[in-house]
Amino acid sequence: MSDTFEKVKQIVVDHLDVEEEKVTLEASFKDDLEADSLDVVELVMELEDEFDLEIADEDAEKIATVGDAVNYIESNR
Amino acid sequence: MLAGKVALVTGGSRGIGSAIAKLYAQNGAKVAINYAGNDEKAQAVVDEIVANGGEAIKIKANVSDETEVKGMIKEVIGTFGQLDILVNNAGITRDNLLMRMSEDDFDSVINTNLKGVFVCTKSVTRQMMKQRSGRIINVSSVVGISGNAGQANYVSAKAGVIGLTKTTAKELAQRNILVNAIAPGFIETDMTDQLTEDQKMQMLGLIPLQKLGQAQDVANVALFLASDQSNYITGQTIQVDGGMVM
Repeated sequence: MSDTFEKVKQIVVDHLDVEEEKVTLEASFKDDLEADSLDVVELVMELEDEFDLEIADEDAEKIATVGDAVNYIESNR
Repeated sequence: MLAGKVALVTGGSRGIGSAIAKLYAQNGAKVAINYAGNDEKAQAVVDEIVANGGEAIKIKANVSDETEVKGMIKEVIGTFGQLDILVNNAGITRDNLLMRMSEDDFDSVINTNLKGVFVCTKSVTRQMMKQRSGRIINVSSVVGISGNAGQANYVSAKAGVIGLTKTTAKELAQRNILVNAIAPGFIETDMTDQLTEDQKMQMLGLIPLQKLGQAQDVANVALFLASDQSNYITGQTIQVDGGMVM
C-alpha cells in the first residue's frame, strides 16, 4: 500500500504541481488539489503507463481521491 | 513548414486526402495514409511520396471502428515515434432525396463522416496530450453550413463535424492541441464526378469565382492549419469554396 501511495503521490505532485503535504489518501483531486476534469483524465493516463494497467472509462470516472486511485491500482495489478 | 512532424491523413488514397498527404510530405512531414479499401491507390500515393524523397506508409482501417483505429494509431506511433497532425478527411456520399433515403444510407454516411471523426480524434488525443501539442484538421464541407438538397445524410454529418470541431477545440486548447475545420466547396474529385452535368452547371452558377476548386486549394489551407503559421487559430471553419457561401 505505502509503496503504491508513494508512487502515486510523486506522479500527482509532478503532474498537478502541488505541495507534497497536500497529497493525502483523502485528498480529492478536484476539490483539494485543484485539478480540472482534463487534469484528472491525464493523471489516469499517467497512472496507467506507470503501473502498466488499463483503467476502463467507467472505473476512471469513479476515481475522485488519491485513495481511490491507490485502491484501484492495488486491487487491479 | 512541417519538418520533423508526423501526420496521419484518413481517406488519404485519393482526392483531397491524397493532395494533403503529398503536400505535407513535400513540406517535410512523415505521413501515414489511411485508406478503407483501395490498396492500389494508397500504395501509389506512398510510392509517389517516397520517390520524391519523403517518408510515408499506408494503413488500412475503417475510421468508424474504434478497434481498427486504435491499431492504426499504434502503428503510426510505432513506425514514426510520434503523432503531431491528424487530418480527418475520410468521407463517403450516398445521395438521395430525404423521402427516398434509406435508413442504411443515412447511417453509413453518419458513421464514416461524423463518427469516424470522433473515433479518430479520441484515439489520437492521448498521444497529443502527452506531447503537449497537436493539430487536428477536420474536412467538413460548405454544404454543412448551407444545406444541400439530396444530401440530408452528408449535410448532417458535415454540420456535425463543425460542432465537433468547436467542442474538441475548447476541450483541448489547454493542452496546446489546435482543432480546426475546412469546408471545401465544389472541388474536382472522384466524389464530385458523381454529380450530374445539371447539378454541376447549377453549382457553377453559385460560385462567384466561377470555377471549380482543386484539391490543391484545400491542401494549401490544410498545410497552413498544420503549420506554425496558424498558432493562434482554433475552433474555426475555413471555407475554401470560391465564395459560394458567404
